[in-house]
Amino acid sequence: MTEHVDPIIRAQAVEKFYVQPDGNRIEVIAPVDLDVEPGKIITLLGPSGCGKSTLLRILTGLSKPSSGEVLWHGTPITSQNAGVAIVFQSFALFPWLTVLDNVEAPLEARGVPAMERHKRALRILDTVGLDGFESAYPKELSGGMKQRVGFARALVVEPEVLFMDEPFSALDVLTAESLRNELLELWLNKKMPTKAIFIVTHNIEEAVLLADRVIVLGRNPARVRADFPVELARPRDRKSPRFVELVDYIYKIMTQPDLALAVPGSSAAAQKPARQKYQMIPHARVGGITGLLELLQDHGGKEDLYRLAEVLIMDAEDLLPIVEASVLLGFATLKEGDVEISAEGTRFAEADILTRKTLFRQAALKHIVILQQIDSILHAKTDHSISQEFFYDILDEHFSQDEVERQFETAMNWGRYAEIFDFDRELHRLVLAEPISEPHAPTTTPVQQ
Amino acid sequence: MPRPSAAALPDLIMFSGGLALFYGIVQVSRNWLGPFKPQVEISRSLGALPVYAGYSLLRIAFAYVLSLLFAVTYGYIAAYRPRAERFMIPLLDVLQSIPVLSFLPGVMLAMAALFPGRQLGVEMGAVLLIFTGQVWNMAFSFYASLKSIPREMREAATIYRFNWWQRFLQIELPFATIGLVWNSMMSVAGAWFFLMACEQFSDFKLPGLGSYLQTAADNGDTRSIILGILTMIAVIVLIDQFVWRPVIAWAEKFKMEQVESASTPTSWVLDVLRHSRGVALFRKRAVRPLREQMVHYFAGRNEARTESEGESSAALWLWRVVGVAALSAIGYAVVRVVMILTSLPGSEFQQIGIGLAATFLRVNITLVLGALWTIPVGVAIGFNPRLARIAQPLAQIAASVPATALFPVVLLVLIRLGGGLGVGSIVLLLLGTQWYILFNVIAGAIAIPTDLKEAADVFGIRGWERWRKLILPGIFPFLVTGMITASGGAWNASIVAEYFHFKGQIYSTVGIGSMISAATDAKNFNLLLASTIALAAVVVTTNRLLWRRLYRLAETRFKLES
Repeated sequence: MTEHVDPIIRAQAVEKFYVQPDGNRIEVIAPVDLDVEPGKIITLLGPSGCGKSTLLRILTGLSKPSSGEVLWHGTPITSQNAGVAIVFQSFALFPWLTVLDNVEAPLEARGVPAMERHKRALRILDTVGLDGFESAYPKELSGGMKQRVGFARALVVEPEVLFMDEPFSALDVLTAESLRNELLELWLNKKMPTKAIFIVTHNIEEAVLLADRVIVLGRNPARVRADFPVELARPRDRKSPRFVELVDYIYKIMTQPDLALAVPGSSAAAQKPARQKYQMIPHARVGGITGLLELLQDHGGKEDLYRLAEVLIMDAEDLLPIVEASVLLGFATLKEGDVEISAEGTRFAEADILTRKTLFRQAALKHIVILQQIDSILHAKTDHSISQEFFYDILDEHFSQDEVERQFETAMNWGRYAEIFDFDRELHRLVLAEPISEPHAPTTTPVQQ
Repeated sequence: MPRPSAAALPDLIMFSGGLALFYGIVQVSRNWLGPFKPQVEISRSLGALPVYAGYSLLRIAFAYVLSLLFAVTYGYIAAYRPRAERFMIPLLDVLQSIPVLSFLPGVMLAMAALFPGRQLGVEMGAVLLIFTGQVWNMAFSFYASLKSIPREMREAATIYRFNWWQRFLQIELPFATIGLVWNSMMSVAGAWFFLMACEQFSDFKLPGLGSYLQTAADNGDTRSIILGILTMIAVIVLIDQFVWRPVIAWAEKFKMEQVESASTPTSWVLDVLRHSRGVALFRKRAVRPLREQMVHYFAGRNEARTESEGESSAALWLWRVVGVAALSAIGYAVVRVVMILTSLPGSEFQQIGIGLAATFLRVNITLVLGALWTIPVGVAIGFNPRLARIAQPLAQIAASVPATALFPVVLLVLIRLGGGLGVGSIVLLLLGTQWYILFNVIAGAIAIPTDLKEAADVFGIRGWERWRKLILPGIFPFLVTGMITASGGAWNASIVAEYFHFKGQIYSTVGIGSMISAATDAKNFNLLLASTIALAAVVVTTNRLLWRRLYRLAETRFKLES
């Protein structure tokens, strides 16, 4: 990358971790170096819950890194000195203020006199196509209009860097598309004084469509998996071979956790794979896994991830955990961005409801560490039950609080479906389930009168 | 209608209102700062009623403003200072479950002693008691609202450099408004209950509706009793129309909703205010310039603070000093209390035990009786929209009359019928607490989804089976909420229900409430202290052991989630 341009924001070895009471560190973001240079749209991609929003908050000075430093034009950043603005996923508008008051609020905070506040706010509302809506309240507006207010509020302070946290993901497909184009138009025609835009997203196509530079984050802890420029001419065509190639390439990075890929025409910083970690189960429900395997079966057992996402009209964010879960359970394999159903997966997809449970139980007990642990403890204990706390204790060592909750929910979903245990929500206890019917013997299904 | 006069009318009304207010303030301060009158002669003339109503109302208003300020401050500190939060919130929990009326005698005596020779002391005592009765739920509501402000909204405020003032005015206060309004309504309703008790409190007669009603009952004057109760109802209806309705309609804009809801509460008073030219002019000439001044003042301060970063060590030290002082004060108080308690003879402890048992029994009989009649009636009302339309407003008016205002009247009837206070006190307790259960049961019955009812119909679930499978589980969370409130209310009311000065005679029955009142009359402060502590301890313990658990069960298993 060219080094002669001074970055606006420079993150040096920023890291985020939580220290457990026993001194154990849960790492959320591994040390990351990152520059935000002027003149570029940068998109930050990553699977859900990987810490990309946390990284955004560190870069804006909203949140302090556990170690490392963020510099704003060479001096340590604070939320007071940074010339940044954020557009939020949830819009974060104040419902009790009118559109105009919402946009004026940041100027009020800066002590801008009433007349000038008014003029500047009206001008920016005009730019984003909201004139005539000044006195409306946010709840009277559609999602797209609300996010326009979010844009206006961000642009009115004339930020040097505009940060956007999943700005289009709360909108429907068409609205998101038109807003994206409007943003690009403002940017390309220099209608805003902003020098750089930094967008966090989980939508791969969106990233390729908008970005001059794409950064892909890996998970647990977050680390930069790839960082490369996108040099496609604008306006970009989603159907062009180069575009499809790039999207496919990003899918490959995101689904191959421990493989560093060489990027054609760039010097991607390939990082070392993380040290051996406690197994993390992807947040997929059994219903989703079943659906995916059935679909794969219908498509001849093998499908391209990119195509799969298209067929299912699903984001990578929703699809990837299901694929990962299927792979983890041994029902499918992943290779070069293709998913292929395995022999077990085929048996599972073709089986009836009861046999499926048996097959799932076998796969879960074979591959899923936490379920193995629970199963053996439940069998060992005389009352065949353990408290939920025990489960949390195991996971607390390895994951952040939110992640522990999600791991727990997913494990409950799998474990109950597989009839490994039952969960009593009132007592917060896991109880050994009644043994299910003999595996591989559908004829012995008991018929009770 | 010609436009100018229609627009001028609200202004005229408001101007006259202002004049009346000014006159009232002058009159009241003359009375309050005047010499203490140990035996106020309560007039039973019709002309005196509005004045008494005014006095009662003023005490409520004073206590309310005080409560609001305290609640906001307390909630604010608890929400933003994790170290303070750790003890402030559990403390709130305890304070909330202590029956305030048990402090009535003690506080009144103390305040009268603090301002010897001034009416102000007794007045402050009444205000203080109402304050302690209504402030906690408001403080908790404000705290909970601050804690639930969405993270992204906070981040927006930080990234756009909102200063303290802007955060408070544009985020925190608006976000907490709806919770505060509803809790304020509940608190003020409770305040009437305490105020009536205060005004009737034996030695220090405060002129007000409560003392008017008691004097009327004392003299067996049925006409005055009816007039007094009618005035009471009128005052409550007026407050509802002129304060709560407009405030609720106004607070609608603070709802955190993404889309506009179909039906919104309206208020004709608010409409008048919104169309008033005087109000518009006031906003333009006074409110807006003042606001602009504040904006610039705080924006300037914000810039200044950026340069000197971090919390000043002086502030930190101040907090430490305050903390140490508070701790030593508490420590001293605990030691004193223990010394007093150990000096009490064993027989008095035995007495306290018997009293607690009697009142415990009485309170729970009241709850059972209350539940027995309100569950069938509440479910009938809730299931039948036509009945609800007639019954609900009636029940609301009936419930709005504070039970303590009716005590003297009920007592009069009981004495005429020849019943003792042993049974009578249960009637009195029931009077004060049944409404909580009724309203919650109605709300619960309405909340049972129609498809569940239809499913029960389809599967032929009828009679007792229908109650067991559908209705009782459906209303359970609401029933528990109602019973918790009712239980707290009943313990509280036991202090005034078990011991009564009436027509120069003392009527009392065995119980902790009567012990507290009797100890006050006898100026036996050690016994008063011991029985008050015992009462508070029992209430807090039952809350923890019984109600909290039932509530959790209701929240987890019986919650109807959509």
